[in-house]
Amino acid sequence: MSQLAFDAVGAVLLVPLATAALLAILPGYRLTARLNVIASLATFLAALSLLVTERPQPSPYVLVDDLNVVFIVLNTFIGFTTSIFSASYIAHELQSGQLTPAYLRFYHAMYQIMLFGMNLAFVSNNIGLIWVAVEIATLSTVLMVGIYRTHAALEAAWKYFILGSVGIALALFGTILVYMAARPVLGEGQDAMVWTLLIQRASGFDPALLNVAFIFLVLGYGTKVGLAPLHAWLPDAHAEGPTPISAVLSGLLLNVALYALLRFKILLAANPAAIAPGPLLSTMGLVSVVFAAFMLYRRQDIKRLFAYSSIEHMGIIVFAFGMGGPLANFAGLLHMVMHSLTKSAIFYAVGHITQIKGTQRISRIRGLTASHPALGWGLVIGVVAIAGLPPLGIFMSEFLVLSSTFVRQPLLAIVLALGILLALAALLLRLTTIAFGAPRGSMKPAEASDVPMFTHLALVLIAGVYLPAPFVVWFQHVAQLLG
Amino acid sequence: MQMHSLSFDISHTLAGGLVLISFLMLYQDRLYSLLNVFALHALVLSLAVAWQALVQDAPHLYVTAAIALGFKAIVIPVALHRIIRQLGIHRDIEAAVGIGPTMLAGMGLVALSLVLMLRVTAEADPLAREDLAFALSVVLLGLLVMVTRRNAVSQVVGFMALENGLVLAATGAKGMPLVVEISVAFSILIAFIVIGIFLFRIRERFDSVDVSALDDFRGERR
Repeated sequence: MSQLAFDAVGAVLLVPLATAALLAILPGYRLTARLNVIASLATFLAALSLLVTERPQPSPYVLVDDLNVVFIVLNTFIGFTTSIFSASYIAHELQSGQLTPAYLRFYHAMYQIMLFGMNLAFVSNNIGLIWVAVEIATLSTVLMVGIYRTHAALEAAWKYFILGSVGIALALFGTILVYMAARPVLGEGQDAMVWTLLIQRASGFDPALLNVAFIFLVLGYGTKVGLAPLHAWLPDAHAEGPTPISAVLSGLLLNVALYALLRFKILLAANPAAIAPGPLLSTMGLVSVVFAAFMLYRRQDIKRLFAYSSIEHMGIIVFAFGMGGPLANFAGLLHMVMHSLTKSAIFYAVGHITQIKGTQRISRIRGLTASHPALGWGLVIGVVAIAGLPPLGIFMSEFLVLSSTFVRQPLLAIVLALGILLALAALLLRLTTIAFGAPRGSMKPAEASDVPMFTHLALVLIAGVYLPAPFVVWFQHVAQLLG
Repeated sequence: MQMHSLSFDISHTLAGGLVLISFLMLYQDRLYSLLNVFALHALVLSLAVAWQALVQDAPHLYVTAAIALGFKAIVIPVALHRIIRQLGIHRDIEAAVGIGPTMLAGMGLVALSLVLMLRVTAEADPLAREDLAFALSVVLLGLLVMVTRRNAVSQVVGFMALENGLVLAATGAKGMPLVVEISVAFSILIAFIVIGIFLFRIRERFDSVDVSALDDFRGERR
């Protein structure tokens, strides 16, 4: 059985890699788009099989445990649904001449390399390998953000590139410091970078060195998560790239950096003499929520609007994990899953909307529910969900975060509630003009595939109404793992 | 014992030299001279890494040293020279932030990293801790070059200086695995950045990317 599970890990990594090579050489839009979908589906199925088969023993490079299985399944699922959305989105871009066939090949290959990088980061048991994987995933998204080669797109890609590079450079310095802290205990070489060994022996590490390492890791990976003072790349990268990439950036790439941060948080928590990682994380999370909530009011660009909403939600998630404890961790984990599903669904809708209207300016998009009912109502449900209204899943996770905080730190909970309410008002304000009223702009029918969007929204709705018991038990277990 | 202290002194000198050259970078106001100083930076780094490879008896580090020498001290500076000539920005003088404040900030950063690293690594072996303190200084000075420059080329030079500091730290951490892989990954990253500047003719950091120049002014100096 464990051989089978190892094969599943191999498939999760090798299918995207092999497909990327194929997609780079195969011509033709129809064939490559389909291959992209099929490969993403195969990766998703392989990831699902990790749930049922027996887990492999942690090797120096590969680790599958309850924590990263959540991330892998979520990652491959959204990777799969986005590939379906991407197929219909890209068809339109080809017709309108935004993308040439050569760039399309490049786009598809990069899409699979990005999935490979993200999956590698999740299954890796080695803090050096995590770093390399995050770099691969980042580099491939940078290239896709700049793919339209317009003035704004290149500027966004360049900004993302430079800030992302500085971020990963700082994260590497933190990683080296963790190795230095582990070396006296675990000895030189390989072992001192293997996460499962680090966590067992963490109590013997030099706490001062670990503290400094964690600061660098928070700055480095925090840049990737898009936490408030380090978020500058995020709105541009979301707004200027192709919309499928905005969907995976918000839904997946932010989670990859978050995952790396969580691993190091667990490591630090395992050393009683080191600083508690929680307060630092929850402060940054809270600042992000409040900052993003205010920024939401001034947005003119629909993709930028939802990019700031992503900063807000990553803030809530990091805040919850920073607070720690079984309930807050459970809420943070649930919120992360719900946010990924909802935000990518919103970007699917936004992608088709901007293609129909030919603009991303909010003021030029009006009355969508009248002109394009499926897209319009899909967007309405998505925004209602992301704003945190009942009965959808995000309401429940936000409620859990807030209520668990109220018990322990009422003041922080008030600030958080204020941020969430401000964001809610801003989103609903924009939604009324976008979705209702007299339609404005191009009225041409949508050539959209609504299935991915409504699948995500249905999942979010189901989670909001009823969470299956095995799911709850599993998440509770992971929450305990997170400390 | 005598041999040990000599090897210690040599690594110390090379790492300290790297910090000094980072300071030289801070006050270069012409792009060509900045590039020359960077080539020297990379050369000293490759010597430092090669010396570590010798004293740690870790032959794989010679690969990292070779990358530093061949790629960063020769290929990249030559490529950037050509780009500067083609973009016609070789006469540009940068004065984003004055030299005086920059040097003061640089000294502050070095003091900060020495205080920080020497204090937290009190129990580590002396070579590693001083190496780490120097490496952090180089990283922070590279960051300073990045934030005080407006030109895309000099920002990239700042990033590469930062990365040299990371390589110094990684090689100083005795027995660290994946050092070679990481230095290869960084070289790929830098190659991408340089190709990006060349293809898209990015002159200034975030606010003037001139793509039309690519089509309209090919082969012409602007």
